[in-house]
Amino acid sequence: MNIVIAGAGKVGIALAKQLSMENCDITLIDSNQKVLSACAEQMDIMAVHGNCASMTTLLQAGIQTADLLIAATNADEVNLLCCTTAHGIQPQLHTIARIRNPEYTEQIFAMRDVFALSMAFNPELQAATEIERLLKYPGFLRRDTFAKGRAEIVELRVDANSKLRSIPLSAMNSVVKTKILVCAVLRNGESVTPNGNFILEEGDRIFVTAPTENLTAMLKHLGIIARRARKVILCGGSKLSYYLASLLEKDNISVQIIDSDIDRCRELAAALPNTCVIHGDATDHALLESEGLAECDALVALTGIDELNMIISLYAGTRKIPQVITKLSHLGSRSIIDSLSLGSIICPKELCSGNIVRYVRAMRNQTGAAVSVHAIADQQAEAVEFLVDENTNYCGIPLRDITLKSNILIASITHGASSQVPSGDSVFVKGDSVVVVTSGRGTLHQLNDIFA
Amino acid sequence: MNYKMMGRFIAQTMFIEAIFMIPAGIISLFCGDISAAYSFLAAIAATVLIAGLLWLLCRRAPRAMGAKDGLVCVAVSWIVLSLFGCLPFYLSREIPNFVDAFFETVSGFTTTGASVVANVEALSKGILYWRSFSHWLGGMGVLVFLLALSSGDERGSGFTLHLLRAESPGPNVDKLVPKIRKTAVILYSIYIALTLLNILFLLVGNMPLFDAVCTAFGTAGTGGFGVKADSLAGYSPYLQNVTTVFMLLFGINFSCYYLILLRQLRSVWKDEELRLYLAIVLISIVAIAVNIHSLYETWTETLRHAAFQVGSIITTTGFTTTDFDQWPHFSKTILLGLMMIGACAGSTGGGFKVARVLLLFKSLRRNIRRVIRPNRVQAVRSNGKIVDERVLDNTNAYLAAYIILTVISIVLISLDNFSFTTNLSAVFACFNNIGPGLEAVGPTCHFGNFSPFSKIILSIDMLAGRLEIFPILVLLSRSAWRRK
Repeated sequence: MNIVIAGAGKVGIALAKQLSMENCDITLIDSNQKVLSACAEQMDIMAVHGNCASMTTLLQAGIQTADLLIAATNADEVNLLCCTTAHGIQPQLHTIARIRNPEYTEQIFAMRDVFALSMAFNPELQAATEIERLLKYPGFLRRDTFAKGRAEIVELRVDANSKLRSIPLSAMNSVVKTKILVCAVLRNGESVTPNGNFILEEGDRIFVTAPTENLTAMLKHLGIIARRARKVILCGGSKLSYYLASLLEKDNISVQIIDSDIDRCRELAAALPNTCVIHGDATDHALLESEGLAECDALVALTGIDELNMIISLYAGTRKIPQVITKLSHLGSRSIIDSLSLGSIICPKELCSGNIVRYVRAMRNQTGAAVSVHAIADQQAEAVEFLVDENTNYCGIPLRDITLKSNILIASITHGASSQVPSGDSVFVKGDSVVVVTSGRGTLHQLNDIFA
Repeated sequence: MNYKMMGRFIAQTMFIEAIFMIPAGIISLFCGDISAAYSFLAAIAATVLIAGLLWLLCRRAPRAMGAKDGLVCVAVSWIVLSLFGCLPFYLSREIPNFVDAFFETVSGFTTTGASVVANVEALSKGILYWRSFSHWLGGMGVLVFLLALSSGDERGSGFTLHLLRAESPGPNVDKLVPKIRKTAVILYSIYIALTLLNILFLLVGNMPLFDAVCTAFGTAGTGGFGVKADSLAGYSPYLQNVTTVFMLLFGINFSCYYLILLRQLRSVWKDEELRLYLAIVLISIVAIAVNIHSLYETWTETLRHAAFQVGSIITTTGFTTTDFDQWPHFSKTILLGLMMIGACAGSTGGGFKVARVLLLFKSLRRNIRRVIRPNRVQAVRSNGKIVDERVLDNTNAYLAAYIILTVISIVLISLDNFSFTTNLSAVFACFNNIGPGLEAVGPTCHFGNFSPFSKIILSIDMLAGRLEIFPILVLLSRSAWRRK
């Protein structure tokens, strides 16, 4: 499959990396030669230098033979023009554009035929939705939902005084007094697919799958108090903060945004009627205290600088804020990040790549394609949701009689409205939704790929 | 400053005034008041002659005009308008003193309705018509009328927005449609349509045609000159209620009517100023009705009087159906408060304007919050839109100017040695373009007993109130007249 990616920014590079590993032919366009050369050296891709919205550059990048164009430059207008132009050259082309400006969000959906867009994505909005979900149902570091919200994979950290510490996984269900499944464990930056004898240690991050109601029960029995946030402080006034604040305003959560740029503060105050916008430096402890850090239920560090976000979150951690969420643009030094208590970590570029990867896989095989793809355990494992259809093998056969490939785990089966943690007797039939966790390198294109 | 351009505008307003004097003269002629008819003829001749000379002098005027020219032009033309408008009163000897005649005319054009005439019914019909008509013309503004007539295709005619801003009341005047001429036409069309509707409703209630026309002019301009000595007290309850409703309607921002015509009822209903205006009206009516019900026989009558007086005072009209000076102090204090608040911005009413009260409260709330949280960045919104800081500044400055002028005027007219309540209410009534005040200037009394000096002070107050202070202050400021 030929994919042209316009813009070698954070998202563009992340996508190029991921998709080239999935055996796609990637051509990357950017106007910055230095960045392009670096990319060409690190990845097995083609690099084309030029303006991605110009016809000459697009033809040079081989748009005539491409199947998909992903426009991810930092300017929304350029992305739109790029997609429209490319579609004009090659009408069969699928196009995906990154649109980040809140003012465009509405019209993009209404006008996608005019702009010839197959899909638009907005990393900031996606990250904001993700953070909102974490704030509304606290207790987990991260949540991914499947089967229209009926099944979930959540991330938990095993702390020093956790009830889960040093117990084998086979005893897990009796500790949490409900049926759950640990589908992956991240220990010292390595993802492990655990078996029943695996013993949890302090510092492990576990990925648990269960129906949503079981998760609530689990939190209760683990003694994690999950109080819904009522007062949230957002440090930094980026687009992400704007999206998050407007989502939280709708949930009647009181929001405070702290930003050091007075002009940005004015814009935010104008756009968000019910949000308290504070002009000041979010790293200033005195300011945070005077703005009621002690009473707030959650702090979200959203400034544009990762290091600042980490410092803010660390301070919030020492002040025992119930919920801390840190936005990081780069997860490069993951082992350092893991050694710090930064609360939940949100990385916008990785959140949106899941959607695009799913789109690419769906394009490759029209039937049996994944419904959703979530990267978990620091991108080392993937949770993929499939719908069982007439082409699926082993329909109606108990799981114990099916041999799966190594490193594959069936995490949940949703039949009708009920979702269950699968056991040896479980079966799936046509119409069910199945979540599969894989830590292997090979890509799952359809459900039949999991069978040995 | 562009004196020639201003001269042209002033000459044009004078021509318009002369044209509008003609129907009044014809009415005098029909009623056989020959001296009144002659005075109109003389006034028209004088106006046309001087306007013609001014026109000749200022024929070739450069087009450009700034904000300052707009303000000065409006202020000067209103003074000139009043000077020539008082000629019929003075020449016909029906108001023999020139200062009195000037006061009466200013009171008419500024839609105040404060009168120096002891017995209104002694005046001739033509003079009464002219008195009431001056309310109608002053209500929407004579320069707005001029803008509606002007040919819109003149090069660089965008500057006339300064005239519209200077003459139309409200903190943030803007055009309804891209063309200023069309805006003026829309405003006057709504105005004329509502006035005709009012006349129709009054005629249905068996009011004589002359009375109906004059009362409707007084209601439409929110003026308050009546044709009877007892204002509207002698008319039937139906006519009084019709007038209450129409007074309140003319106190609403005219852009609301335009939105209704465009069928944007939702945004009209959501309009914060309109909501506050209606809330103030309702609460005041209920409070006063409870307070005064022992004075009247039935609750219907109590409510009718309470509603009429509240509607008349808040829209700054100044008609009365009862002597509210006899009411308890609570009710009188409420009426004094309503005098200050005034009608909605963009209406024909005067006063401080509900929109400004709203902005003041909002910016006050912001300042209180700022004391609690010095670092908080806040925006003041009105109808969901951000209010520009300059508008807020202007509103605060307006409040300051309003209070200072009120205090100075009270001090100056207290030379006449009337009681404090009289002085205070007289200044309030004139400055806010209402008409009747309390005690010696109450509904049954008149302003004739003030000294000529006080009358001139009150005339300036009326002009300042109608033109929203700044044009008059600019006229008086030295920097406006400096060459550079």
